[in-house]
Amino acid sequence: MSAPALETRGLHKSFGALTVANAVEFRLEHGARHALIGPNGAGKTTFVNLVTGALRPSAGQIRLDGADITDLPQAARVKRGLVRTFQITALFRRLSVLENVTLAVCEREGLGGELLRPAGRHRAVIEEAFALLERFGLADEALRPVNTLAYGRQRLVEIAIALGLSPRVLLLDEPAAGVPSGESGLIIDVIENLPSDIALLIIEHDMDLVFRLAQRITVLVQGSVLVEGPPDAIAADTRVRQVYLGERMPA
Amino acid sequence: MTTSRLVEALARRHHYHPLEGLPWLAAIAAYFAFPSYLPLGAQVLATILFALSADLVLGYAGIVTLGQAAFFGAGAYTAGLLAAHGWGEPITGLLAGALVAALIGLLSGIVILRTTGLTLLMLTLVVASMLYEAVNKASWLTGGDDGLQGMEVWRIFGQFRFDLFGQTAYFYCLIVLFLCWLAVRRIVHSPFGRSLVGIRENVLRMHAIGAPVARRRLVVYTISAALAGMSGALIAQTTQFVALSFLGLDRSGTVLIMLIIGGVGRLYGAFIGVPLYMIAQDRFSTIDPVYWYFWIGLLMVFFVLFARGGVLGLLERLQARSAVRR
Repeated sequence: MSAPALETRGLHKSFGALTVANAVEFRLEHGARHALIGPNGAGKTTFVNLVTGALRPSAGQIRLDGADITDLPQAARVKRGLVRTFQITALFRRLSVLENVTLAVCEREGLGGELLRPAGRHRAVIEEAFALLERFGLADEALRPVNTLAYGRQRLVEIAIALGLSPRVLLLDEPAAGVPSGESGLIIDVIENLPSDIALLIIEHDMDLVFRLAQRITVLVQGSVLVEGPPDAIAADTRVRQVYLGERMPA
Repeated sequence: MTTSRLVEALARRHHYHPLEGLPWLAAIAAYFAFPSYLPLGAQVLATILFALSADLVLGYAGIVTLGQAAFFGAGAYTAGLLAAHGWGEPITGLLAGALVAALIGLLSGIVILRTTGLTLLMLTLVVASMLYEAVNKASWLTGGDDGLQGMEVWRIFGQFRFDLFGQTAYFYCLIVLFLCWLAVRRIVHSPFGRSLVGIRENVLRMHAIGAPVARRRLVVYTISAALAGMSGALIAQTTQFVALSFLGLDRSGTVLIMLIIGGVGRLYGAFIGVPLYMIAQDRFSTIDPVYWYFWIGLLMVFFVLFARGGVLGLLERLQARSAVRR
């Protein structure tokens, strides 16, 4: 059996007495459509920060494609194809939509440190970024400063930047957060049409989105994995229902 | 086709615009229009280079610094000490000034650039203060409080003597500034330069797209230090004097004010802010020798309240407005 795309073993993180990740054993298979859910404060975003290297774990191991990446800096993990998006939109606010994505493609190509050639000479990089925008229906807004776009459109740019990095494992941190429900359909479409060779982990509150996209679901509660399984098993699980008491769960 | 037009807009950004020739035409026109002001003109040109160095770190990489004078002073003292101790060759003196300043930038940068924001601001101040005191203490070498005397700068290429009227000084500064501007312009339009803007706009995202942020910041800090050092060396060589105040906090603050008046992060803010500030200083101090600094302050308040982005920001807004009307 081959190694999973992403795996954590006994992943642990505490801030003083507060434990935010407690012995998390997690497997993300190649090409998976996997969701990580849990109530507020369950440690979902902390998990993303640990896996991507924004936070250092107190104990445990993170493996990408079987290789131990626990001690690698964030940039090196991105180079290996481990890419994330942000729950709170984190774009280059005053730059154009096209340049937001171009910067990402440029880094992926290892050109970002180049001092003496104009960025504009790398036409292929700009064209690739533009092709991504076309795919997401953002081409008409390519030259607008990204902070002038509607919020739902900005969420699409988040995903476009991540795709510009050619990820093998993509962590989507609440991709539809803050988007009016009328506009979230577009984001779901985009996620559904992501290349199937990308292993996808979606951290999400919106249960409609989770049950529509995910083939497997992991429920995180107070930093620990409560249960993991296919959507119908999760929906039927009484412990999950207890945790989500008051929140809507599809039957 | 529209696709290629949009891609083209980004691919062609580094192409020269006719307006970019304006500062150089102005500099040459000033040479003929104000022949008796050439020594001041040379100072203005060298100070523009200093402001350009500050724009690179502050305007592009978003590193707020109050220690830029450390590099300016380091360059000035290096060129000054060489010229005072028997090596008055200007070009090598200039390069030595840049090199020493770059080295100080690199070494201090390795330590202080681990921090950001207010902590970093204070640490840049600390580095400058330490250098100031070190130079002050080493008065046997540097002349301490009295400044460095006895510089003897040779002819440029053995040909052009630094004359009393400042003609050589003016063109020397103009050519050095021009070459440095070419280099800085190249840098800000390079992928490296754009990644600096990315770091300024959103450092979190820059990490997330896999950019080695710390290394990029260190590289630009070092380049900026070299340029500031070159500016200090220019002023030392053209005035044949180095004062302890070259390393002072005043100078670090003033260059930021000049840059803010001109417009930060726009490459040309230095070319507008520095002459404006230095002319205003000259005028105000003639009209009101005691309180001239008050008027500079008032000008500054005006800019912060009504002209965010400085003169260039103001022009950009006017342009945007007329574009809408059309």
